[in-house]
Amino acid sequence: MSELKKIATREGYGDELKKLGEEYPNLVVLDADLAAATKTATFQKAFPDRFFDCGIAEANMMSVAAGLAASGMIPFASSFAMFAAGRAYEQVRNSIGYPHLNVKIGATHAGVSVGEDGATHQCCEDIALMRTIPGMVIINPSDYTEARAAVRAAVEYDGPVYLRFGRLAVEQINTSPDYRFEMGKGVTLRDGKDLTIVATGLCVTEALKAAELLAAQGKDARVVNIHTIKPLDVGLMVKCAKETGTIVTVEEHSIIGGLGEAVCSALAENYPARVHRIGVKDEFGYSGPGAQLIKEFGLDSEGIAREILENVR
Amino acid sequence: MKRLATTAELEAMANRVRQGIVTGVFHAKSGHPGGSLSCADLLTYLYFNEMNVDPQNPTAEDRDRFVLSKGHGAPALYSVLAHMGYFPVKDLETLRHIGSYLQGHPDMKRVPGVDMSSGSLGQGVSAACGMALAAKIQKKGYRVYCMLGDGEIEEGQVWEAAMFASHKKLDNLCLIVDNNGLQIDGKVEEVCSPYPIDEKFQAFGFEVTEIDAHNFEEMEKALNFARANQNGKPTVIIAKSVKGKGVSFMENVVNWHGVAPNEEQFNSAMQELLEGGNGDV
Repeated sequence: MSELKKIATREGYGDELKKLGEEYPNLVVLDADLAAATKTATFQKAFPDRFFDCGIAEANMMSVAAGLAASGMIPFASSFAMFAAGRAYEQVRNSIGYPHLNVKIGATHAGVSVGEDGATHQCCEDIALMRTIPGMVIINPSDYTEARAAVRAAVEYDGPVYLRFGRLAVEQINTSPDYRFEMGKGVTLRDGKDLTIVATGLCVTEALKAAELLAAQGKDARVVNIHTIKPLDVGLMVKCAKETGTIVTVEEHSIIGGLGEAVCSALAENYPARVHRIGVKDEFGYSGPGAQLIKEFGLDSEGIAREILENVR
Repeated sequence: MKRLATTAELEAMANRVRQGIVTGVFHAKSGHPGGSLSCADLLTYLYFNEMNVDPQNPTAEDRDRFVLSKGHGAPALYSVLAHMGYFPVKDLETLRHIGSYLQGHPDMKRVPGVDMSSGSLGQGVSAACGMALAAKIQKKGYRVYCMLGDGEIEEGQVWEAAMFASHKKLDNLCLIVDNNGLQIDGKVEEVCSPYPIDEKFQAFGFEVTEIDAHNFEEMEKALNFARANQNGKPTVIIAKSVKGKGVSFMENVVNWHGVAPNEEQFNSAMQELLEGGNGDV
């Protein structure tokens, strides 16, 4: 693994927004009183005239973003995943999704790794909610570099995009100088023939480490990074199922409605294969340090390897 | 686009607009005649006199914008747009039909002249704020008009938007509340009263004017006031209206909120409107 310092994907969000602000004069950023936490404050500092704090009123913020997009702006609407996808779901659905407006939703603090704030702020349902909106693109980057690339790709794409970022500092894995981001394309990070671990977000790093633990036990696991959950790279999923048989999905999200179910649906219809879903079971999170909660929920490398060795044939 | 300046011209056009509403809802066999008829005069005035819009160029960058936040008034908006020339008046008969672009609630992707999709109450006013903010950012002079129902303002999002509009100094935004006093479950003051509407908006930092929603002179005065206002305050016009206005058996009857007339009722409504019409526009 990389020697680089750990850094949260939300930092990549703030840094790339600032860069894009220089290139796109019609890019504006909205936040709902969380600029310091979502890192939109980085943009705010550079472009105070194009930053609008909506206060603690996420429903209004989403529909305001729709109006801005309908008038030629490229708005980023930011809040925690819980409030962006949860509180304002219906605004995202009707004001943004239905007219397919060019709004980018920057949702940070996704999943249990939010940590100490506990279950009210640990959103493990946002991918499920956003997947049901026709035309919504969902990107869940695995590290800082991918987060920046995803924000840029979202701006270059015309239509609504839900970007999912984390609070927790995570390792950097996409450090190669020829790293390229392609929306909708999965990335095979490690080859293997016995099974494929399909991971998203911060679980990608853990999956790579889990593959090493499995190798020591004689299991040769392929690792695929699915940064774009919708549209899903169905072709790659089918290819992996054909070549390795079993698929194990790993996500910091409920196993209901997230990456795991998206992969299940794709394979059930195209190439039935055994899929084992690792994620947050049908339960709420609780308070604790973020990194420790990742372990508690079995989403760290040891938890993933253990689950595969014990429960995946 | 020729503007209609005299009260007689506006009245005649509003009458045609009402015929379009009744025709659309009748052919749809569903829809919302009451709240469409209550705002027919206001929409007629906005499109035929007040707003800078061009049916030949519905997406012109510098046009004024209109958001029907009370999206169930779609039959009124469609009728006005059709009479403006955005699409054929005959198409009003396809309202809510499979394959028609005239969806039950306004759809900006399908209907020429519709600036924002709406229907889920409370959201259009926020979108209008976004449009007004865009004009400020782009230093453009266009204005944004948004119509709300008086029942609609029970939605909390309306007040989030009101707070936002006045804090961001959106004096290019003009809200109009179609205050017909009725919502599906009954009188607004009996269901969950939004009154006093004027004091609420004043407290949220708006310029507030009250008019008769069926008096074109009062509309002109209020809209001139709103347009001239550059003090940073958004304007709200509280327009006291009659639900079902123009079709006597529908007036002030709550049940006409969301049902279509049968054939006999349709013929009776059209006859009343045709008799009330005063010639060519």
